[in-house]
Amino acid sequence: MRNVLAIMKRELRAYFDAPVAYIVLVAFLVVAGWMLFSQVFLIDRADVRGLFAPSPFSPSLLLVILAPAVTMRLVAEERKTGTIELLTTLPVTDTQVILGKYLAALGLLTIALLATLAYPITISFLGPLDWGPVLAGYVGLILFAAALLAIGVFCSTLTDNQIVAFIVAFILCAALYFVFWLQILLPQSLGAILEYASVSFHLDNMARGVIDTRDIVYYLSLVIAALFLSVQSLSRRHA
Amino acid sequence: MADVAGESIIEARGLRKEYGATVAVDDVSFRVARGEVVGFLGPNGAGKSTTMKMLTGYLRPTRGAAVVGGIPVAEDPLGAQRKIGYLPESAPLYDEMMVIDFLHFVGELRGVDAATRQTRLRTVCQRCGLADVLGKDIGQLSKGYRQRVGLAQALLHDPDVLILDEPTSGLDPNQIVEIRQLIRELGKDKTILLSTHILPEVQASCTRVIIIHRGSVVADDSTAALTGGAGALIQLVVASANGALDPTQVRARLAAVPGVRSVEPQPQPSEAGALAFLVRADGAGDPRADLFRAAVAGGFVLLELHREKASLEQTFRSLTKGEGLADA
Ligand SMILES: Nc1ncnc2c1ncn2[C@@H]1O[C@H](COP(=O)(O)OP(=O)(O)OP(=O)(O)O)[C@@H](O)[C@H]1O
Ligand SMILES: [Mg+2]
Repeated sequence: MRNVLAIMKRELRAYFDAPVAYIVLVAFLVVAGWMLFSQVFLIDRADVRGLFAPSPFSPSLLLVILAPAVTMRLVAEERKTGTIELLTTLPVTDTQVILGKYLAALGLLTIALLATLAYPITISFLGPLDWGPVLAGYVGLILFAAALLAIGVFCSTLTDNQIVAFIVAFILCAALYFVFWLQILLPQSLGAILEYASVSFHLDNMARGVIDTRDIVYYLSLVIAALFLSVQSLSRRHA
Repeated sequence: MADVAGESIIEARGLRKEYGATVAVDDVSFRVARGEVVGFLGPNGAGKSTTMKMLTGYLRPTRGAAVVGGIPVAEDPLGAQRKIGYLPESAPLYDEMMVIDFLHFVGELRGVDAATRQTRLRTVCQRCGLADVLGKDIGQLSKGYRQRVGLAQALLHDPDVLILDEPTSGLDPNQIVEIRQLIRELGKDKTILLSTHILPEVQASCTRVIIIHRGSVVADDSTAALTGGAGALIQLVVASANGALDPTQVRARLAAVPGVRSVEPQPQPSEAGALAFLVRADGAGDPRADLFRAAVAGGFVLLELHREKASLEQTFRSLTKGEGLADA
């Protein structure tokens, strides 16, 4: 555990030493602000559902781009510069390496998501706000981010090229995001399967203010599967 | 120091590594005993780095096993890695980190507790001459300083075993001397396996030499044995005391001297009428006195007689011949 924390701390510092962390923070505040502004002031309702529901210009769609951007360097860069050899010949396990890196990325996006709490708080001064669905929505978004980041980490272990890692992760995340809308075009049974597979379907549920164990199980299985594959991939050393 | 004879700290048992269709290392076996400083030599692409990567648990061997400090690396990689300080080839480091932060990070993962870490850091920085650059980003350091940071990182937990892949590559001559001294000092209480292309360095710091060529060990002996001792070479120039010399006759006389293995004629020396020979001695004996007596008895004059040690370079080159560009 101490090793995981040490690796996480190093990665978090690397994020904040570079512009990445600030770009992520600002992007979230701008997109979430725009979403709320268009709903609260144009429709004149103290409603923050738009913050969570999957849709164009939503923070969740932004995550489909930002999650791969945040994870792309985690392993790929170390493979390129050779530091992966230094890191993995220290007395740490491959699982600890993956977990430390993953938690750093999750920490960064969680900070960015929580910064947008400023908006619901502001809105609660303007009119009555039901906090239950807001909290459910945040739990949903964080789980959603957790799943995309795990996929991103896995893609970063596959190559020593960050751009390739980004593109592969983005394609995977976007596919899982957009099948949700694709299923309308398909026959009922196949549509239901695709719906369950899509990351946005489960987010949509939670954006309604319902925390269902099935949604949580879905996201956690995705995280565990992707991280398991990442450890396997790292331990192969691709040599 | 009472050495426990035969206690091997680093052991390669039939190591083999394939990269796809390429066999980088094939059936490499050797032992390094406690306290030895062993030079690991070989031409480019011989498999030195690959072997070291297997010893440190970075790569899993295709076949065979590595054992460090009595711990099989494949079965307990963390246990083995705790005993090893490893400097990978070309010192890969986190460029965006400050030297001091990097060393703290490594110390933390090495399990050096916070209290001990301060004193260890101070010792190591002093040994490696890092005091002036602690606050710099690693990416800004010159190659020599990077190498020192890499070395400092390997020493942080005061390991029993050091595995250093080309520790002096990219250093200027002054720094090479400094690092060489450091290695010699470290060798007093540690077991060291180091690879290098600088042969004088091996003669200066290593007690034993392992030479690897195309993935296989071709020599494994003490530095002294590989640099002379057995089979020393003697340069001879003779001239006639009266009249002309018959080269065949002179050669036969020299070859008959006890302790001489072979006599080879050399290109004509500068003096007219003189003959030059290269005499290879048999075993550890020194046939110079007998050669002198043979010359007197044969009625010719010895103009020059001088013993040269077979240099490590000669040994290296004869063992790793045929390394043309076609192999690259
Ligand atoms: N990742 C890899 N993928 C494929 N082949 C590799 C890889 N790493 C090394 N090799 C090959 O394995 C062989 C041994 O390489 P290695 O790096 O161990 O040599 P070396 O003795 O350290 O050489 P040098 O003196 O140049 O450092 C070479 O033929 C090399 O091309
Ligand atoms: Mg090498």
